[in-house]
Formats: sequence, structure tokens, C-alpha cells
Amino acid sequence: MSDIEDLYREIILDHYRSPRNAGELETPPATKAEGFNPLCGDEIVVYLILDDAGIITDLKVGGQGCSISQSSASMMSAAVKGKTVEHAREVMKTFKGLMSIAETGAELTEPTPDEIRKLGDLAALRGVVKFPTRIKCATLSWNTLDEALNEAQA
Amino acid sequence: MTATATTATTFAALKKDFPILQTQRHGKPLTFLDSAASSQRPTQVLDAMNLAYTTAYANVHRGVYGLAEAATNAYETARLKTARFIGAPDSSEVIFTKNATEALNLVAYSWGRTNLGPGDAIVLTTMEHHANIVPWQMAAAEKGFEIRWIHLGQDGQLDLSTLDRLLDGAKMLSITSMSNVLGTINPLEHLIPAAHAAGALVCVDACQSVPHMPTNVADMGADFVAFSGHKMLGPSGIGVLWGRMELLEAMPPFLGGGGMISNVTIEGFMPDAVPSKFEAGTPPIVEAVGLAAAIDYLEAIGMENIRQHEIELTAYALRKLREELGDNVTIHGPSEPAQRGGVLSIELKDVHAHDVSQILDSHGVAVRPGHHCAKPLMKEMGVNATARASFYLYNDTNDVDTLAAALSDAHSFFAI
Repeated sequence: MSDIEDLYREIILDHYRSPRNAGELETPPATKAEGFNPLCGDEIVVYLILDDAGIITDLKVGGQGCSISQSSASMMSAAVKGKTVEHAREVMKTFKGLMSIAETGAELTEPTPDEIRKLGDLAALRGVVKFPTRIKCATLSWNTLDEALNEAQA
Repeated sequence: MTATATTATTFAALKKDFPILQTQRHGKPLTFLDSAASSQRPTQVLDAMNLAYTTAYANVHRGVYGLAEAATNAYETARLKTARFIGAPDSSEVIFTKNATEALNLVAYSWGRTNLGPGDAIVLTTMEHHANIVPWQMAAAEKGFEIRWIHLGQDGQLDLSTLDRLLDGAKMLSITSMSNVLGTINPLEHLIPAAHAAGALVCVDACQSVPHMPTNVADMGADFVAFSGHKMLGPSGIGVLWGRMELLEAMPPFLGGGGMISNVTIEGFMPDAVPSKFEAGTPPIVEAVGLAAAIDYLEAIGMENIRQHEIELTAYALRKLREELGDNVTIHGPSEPAQRGGVLSIELKDVHAHDVSQILDSHGVAVRPGHHCAKPLMKEMGVNATARASFYLYNDTNDVDTLAAALSDAHSFFAI
């Protein structure tokens, strides 16, 4: 498989062409966060509703961008909607590890094969790591989710 | 042999002067189409800089030993050459900066903060690079003057229908000579007299035009002109601000330090004369030598010939991309090649610019995705990002053919 085919796997193109959970939620009750990639002008808007039990009961993604940022956002939404904040943060950590990004103040830990399996569709984005400029595209929606969660919990 | 054929033959031979254009990317020959961001440089420039470092390097304007004198001579010769290249009446009006961004900041900081305050206004266009927007916004936030905007009109041209009203009472028009996104060549021959008639000075961001066509600042009639060395075959790390001497003399220094003073005591300092007043610290010495070598190279080919070559190449590209991709491609900017530079902002239907550029890279084709440091313009165009292909004297129709084929591949790859 060429690097380009590895970057643009079919499942990525599928999420790009048919993004899951695309749209907006009314704020309030939803919390909204916006993320920008200053390099290319991509924008991601995450709307989410957190219930008292810490479960992300609804989540929508708006904005525009390239296939990597849009598919990553779509996969992110599918991976965390209906899940607890704890679970969302766990997936976030694994995904960032896959992108060679360490948690603040921590050593980079490569995800284990088991952790990668648990990522599901998201694991398809692993080809991105060979294209360092695109890592920011892949992580934009996750950083925006992080902001939205912080805001919702504040 | 027709004049056009002669020109084409001359330009076909230039590629061999550029070592980087002989290299490969992903196993494919490099097709470099990002000269609007930064050009490549020929052996002649690299050799001149190497020679300066190996035989004639010392700090300038200080030492009395022969080597320091040789370096100072080379640096000041570069200033003379640059002045002649842009038709400056006095070589002391040429100030070397780090880049064009610093040159524009110098004007906004030194002239702007001295001459603008509450109740004053300046005029910018939404077509500007961030380098000709943000320094003015920073000064406006501090000094409380108004920024008025000339907006984008039809066919990639500025909407000048309200020009008189915008200029009324304004103290400065700061404007690009050529858009780095659309390639639009702005009608300075009309705008500069209009601004002067309204009592405003004119600062021209000439980054995209000086490398590609003849420039004469005296004929142009502007008050300040800024451009960079690295977009015109010279090294990175050197830019140029030209300004009218009486304005430069009246302006306070920008950066302070060594080299820009005539005297310093514990009570204060006396600035040196122009241009030293604006060249604090060790200047870009060898970069100036490289810029002079780049000017020699450009002049040997002739700026008129370079402009003609790029008009022909742009016309070919507009035709070729339309043939190859039909309605699946949108090329922003003026439709008439003679009214634009060789800068094509490309949108491919259903494919984001970032993805276009990624697929093109796998073909060895270097283009730039994104907003090109012109977000207000992109907003007016109603697009988030474009893939920009830009030409220079070393590009030819083969490069355009490679671009067209790579764009076709990108389109089929992402076709729904």
C-alpha cells in the first residue's frame, strides 16, 4: 500500500463523504466550542450535551475542512456520543498516542494493539502520522471536543 | 524564429541553473509551483554567497581592516544595485530589512504611530496579505485611528466605485501591487494619483510584482514600497523598504541598537542618518550579496521578458486546466492573463485544497493549500481554502501539463 493509499483509506473517504452527527445543537442547553487550524483555515465546531451522570447524551459537529479533519471529526463523534466523559478522554488519549502526541507533561506512550483495536474506525487514521502537517487536521476535532468537555464541566 | 519562440528557448534553458529543480520528490521530478510563497535560487546566487562567506566576510560599517572594508563595499554595492533595479532616485532610500513583513511593520510603526491618531483614517484593501493588515491593526489599536476597506468586486478586481469617499480625509493608502491569492494586478497608475489628490500617502506591498515585472518606484509615484528578497531568487532573511527621503528623514527609528545611532549617552541617543537609522544591529550582509546576484541574474534575462513568459504560461495554464478538468475546476482571479500575475488559486470540485495538495505532492508537484495569509480576502471570495499554483521564470508548459494530470488524478481519487 502506498503512503497516499494508507493516508486515504476507504473508511476515511466514507466518513468524509457521509459525515456522522453533522449539524448543530441549540446553545444552551448544548455547550459549543470552536477550533481552528491557522495553517489551512479549517474550522470545527463541536456541540454537546452532558447529563448529570457525565454521559455525552448528544453531540453534533459543524465546520468545514479537508478529508482528514472532517473524517476524524465524524469518527470522533461516533466514538464518544452516548459515552461517558471518562471514556471520551480515554479514547482521546489513545488517539493522540496514535498521532505521536503525548499528554501534556507526560512521555509519549504508543498505544497497544489492543487499545488500537478499541479505537475502531479511528485506527484507520494511523497513516496520517507519516504526514506530519496533517496531524493537526486529524487532531483538530479532538482538541475542540476537549475544550467543549472542559466548558461543559466548568 | 519568432520573438515568442526565442523567449521560450531562453526560458527552457534556465532550469539547469537551479540545483533544487534537478531533484526528485517521491521518485518523481520536482515540479515546483510555489514561487509566490518563496522562489528557488540559481547557482549564481548560491555561489556569490559562498564566495562572500569564504573570501570577503566581516561585519560591516565598523572595522578599518581590509576585510571589513570589502564586506562593507559588497553590502553597499548591493544597496546601489537594488536602488537601480527599482528606479530609486537615491540609493540611501533603500533600507534593508529582515523581510517585507518587517518593512511594512517599519512603516506602520514609525510613520503610522507618529502621524496617525484619533479622527484619522487609513485605507486598506481586503485583498491584502496579513502583513499589510495586522501591523496597521496593531497601530490602530494603540492610536485609535480608523481603517477603511476597499472591497473585492467582479472578476477578482477591487471595487473602486466608492474610492473617492474612502480616500476623503484619509492619510494613507496601503495596498498590494499584485494579489498573492488572485494574481490581480491593481491599477496603481490610477490609485496612486487619486490617493495623492486626496492628500493621502501611498505604501505599496510589491512582494508579488517586483520579482515578476519591471518596477520603477519613481514612475510609480508611491511613497513607500516594500518587497522581499526570497521571492526574487535571492536568499531568505532580506527584505527591502524603499521610501521617499523626506519622509524617511522625518520618521523616528523603528528598532534600536548598534549601527543606527550617531551618538549615545546615558541621557539618550541621536539617530544616524537614513538608511542607517533604520538598520539596527548586524544587517543581512551576505543576504544582500545574494540579493545583488539575484538582481544580476534577473536583469540578464530582462524583466520585460520574464513578464511576457509568465503571461504566456498563465494563458496556457488557464486553457489547459479548463480542457483537462472542465467544470470540475474553478480558478479564481481575473480571466484575462495580461491583467494578472502567474498565481492560480485553484478549487477542485468536491476536493478540499489540503487533499488536492497532498495528492499533488505524491506526483512531485509542490503547490500551497490554505488561506495564503489573506483570510479577509478568502472570506469575501466565500472560500475556506484554495490550492495555489504559482509560476516563475523557471517554470514551463511541461510543469503545467504535470499539474493538470495530477489535478485530474486528485479529482478521480476523491470523486464520489
